[in-house]
Amino acid sequence: MAAGTGNSIIEIAGVTRDFGSFQALKGISADIREGEFFSLLGPSGCGKTTLLRLIAGFDEPTSGTIAIDGRPMADIPANRRPTNMVFQSYAIFPHLDVAENVGYGLKTRRMPRAQIAAEVEKALEMVDLADYGRRAAHELSGGQRQRVALARALVMRPKVVLLDEPLSALDKKLREQMQVELRELQQSIGITFILVTHDQEEALIMSDRIAVMFEGRIAQLASPEELYRHPRTKRVASFIGVMNFLPATFVSRDAAGVTVDVTALGRVTIPPALVPAPLDSATIDTVGVRPEMFTILSDRVEPAERATPGTVTGNSYYGDMTYYTVQLDGGAAPITISMRNTAGRSVLPSGSRVSVGWGAESIVLFE
Amino acid sequence: MKRSGRGTSARWLTIYAVAYMVFLYAPVVLLPLFAFNDATVVAFPLSGFTTDWFAALWRTEALVDAVRNSLVVAVAAAVLATTLGASAARAAARYRFPGKGPVMGFIMLPLVLPEIIVAVALLVPIMQLGLSLSLWTVIAGHVLICIPFSIAILSSAFQGLDISLEEASLDLEESRWGTFRRVTLPLVMPGVISSLLICFTISLDEFMIAFFLTGTEVTLPVYIWSQLRFPTKLPSIMALGTLLLALSIVLLVVAEWLRRRAARRQGIEASAIGGLM
Ligand SMILES: Nc1ncnc2c1ncn2[C@@H]1O[C@H](COP(=O)(O)OP(=O)(O)O)[C@@H](O)[C@H]1O
Ligand SMILES: [Mg+2]
Repeated sequence: MAAGTGNSIIEIAGVTRDFGSFQALKGISADIREGEFFSLLGPSGCGKTTLLRLIAGFDEPTSGTIAIDGRPMADIPANRRPTNMVFQSYAIFPHLDVAENVGYGLKTRRMPRAQIAAEVEKALEMVDLADYGRRAAHELSGGQRQRVALARALVMRPKVVLLDEPLSALDKKLREQMQVELRELQQSIGITFILVTHDQEEALIMSDRIAVMFEGRIAQLASPEELYRHPRTKRVASFIGVMNFLPATFVSRDAAGVTVDVTALGRVTIPPALVPAPLDSATIDTVGVRPEMFTILSDRVEPAERATPGTVTGNSYYGDMTYYTVQLDGGAAPITISMRNTAGRSVLPSGSRVSVGWGAESIVLFE
Repeated sequence: MKRSGRGTSARWLTIYAVAYMVFLYAPVVLLPLFAFNDATVVAFPLSGFTTDWFAALWRTEALVDAVRNSLVVAVAAAVLATTLGASAARAAARYRFPGKGPVMGFIMLPLVLPEIIVAVALLVPIMQLGLSLSLWTVIAGHVLICIPFSIAILSSAFQGLDISLEEASLDLEESRWGTFRRVTLPLVMPGVISSLLICFTISLDEFMIAFFLTGTEVTLPVYIWSQLRFPTKLPSIMALGTLLLALSIVLLVVAEWLRRRAARRQGIEASAIGGLM
């Protein structure tokens, strides 16, 4: 997952955007690196599209600055920015065929016709639409329209490709296939991609780095692994995947790490490397544990640092996985545990008494 | 009881509809009938077939002038009304601005005002300003009454236009003017043609405003009106009317055909991009 050169291609500094009395962006700062796959992830209405449109130049920030490739973009209109957009609706020109759509921007640049044809052909090959040049726009399926929109952007050789929920209109199978293809394409051509999505799984699969946004602010900006393993807030933690929250109280902080008393699990010391630097340890009131970080220990005794007794209160079978709800002895709310259905492991019925294994390393602290 | 009641009202509705069509269109059918009738009096029974009345039209110099005047006025009014209508329709579809409702209502007003009021209302300030009446004043009047039709047709065309198409064009480095030429215009073209043809047709047979605002150069309807005083000219007028009728029908059919063809080519529902039919 090596991401680009590490140089910034886009610098966003203190950007706000007001619509009347409503502030859609409340101070966004972020550096996007050259060649990386960057995602803006957040629930609908959090301002992702607004931010993308500011970068593309369809809209102006109320305050703050955006620089692309070192140049401030304040007075530069959309048609002179080195970015190209794949619209949520795809915005395929309905009166032009596929080749004319893809060649639209090259024609704007007054490139000779033969050269346009060659470039268009290359771009269509890149998105697996080699023989579709003469198709009318309305003869395309959703997935094909998405590819045409992508080819139309890529053919311009932009510094940055902006994608606004490009896969949300596709069905699940196609969407998952396109996630992989889009990621591979981005890596092979090495252009910076900025993807807007509300689908956390999509962001995790495709991105080098993700900015999680809530209500016009970036809540956390990190790699997928960092976000999943070390979410900074409860809100980020529950937006990305599933997280069990257990009430906890702070005990002490020293060279060994942060010690807390956790309901049902008991006293735990979290090693210093896993304690986020800006965390104010005195305000810790909750810890989080991912469902797969718990194990239900079988009779054959698997290794676990610690074990806590409990009772199975429900199970959902997913084929490869089983999700259990377990009431820990002395715990308030039931927790969720996911178990891989490996050979010899059968689904435990409700009411089974079990021993739940866990380790201090998988515990996330929240203020 | 109920069923028979419904049957009765359905029958009355049918009778009403048929009577309505007869009253509306029977006089129109009479027009070509007498235009080809070999007699100077317009009366039954018909006495024979002739095309003399049509031939006579070409030899009447004043008539040819009137036709030319009418064409000039109609083309100018159609182009101006459609240009202005397109601007207003786009503004209405794209922007929110203070007083939009009242402004749009004001522009649409001539649609419901009696033409004689529009005509007199225009005549007074023209006289006050000391401007002379000419084809230009007629054109101005016709633009005024055509704009509402143009807006009605073009608003739906602009409302159906996805804003992101224009943004996509800008994003692909095209200028605002280039975007208008390469994306906006082609996409609203069916509406534009529809508007041009309908404004042309409206202007071509408009009498009241042309009558009040024209100077020495008369348009066709005004010429026809002046000829009605001479009974012997009546069959000629019938022939002329027949030609105008045919032209109107052809224009409207062409307008609708173009619109549907464009809609089909773009795979859009014909009703989605506007038109009067
Ligand atoms: N042009 C606009 N005028 C007024 N409010 C807007 C406008 N564009 C977006 N908003 C508001 O800003 C917020 C963020 O919108 P958006 O960026 O589209 O969210 P999303 O994260 O779903 O893409 C929403 O509450 C939306 O209603
Ligand atoms: Mg959005």
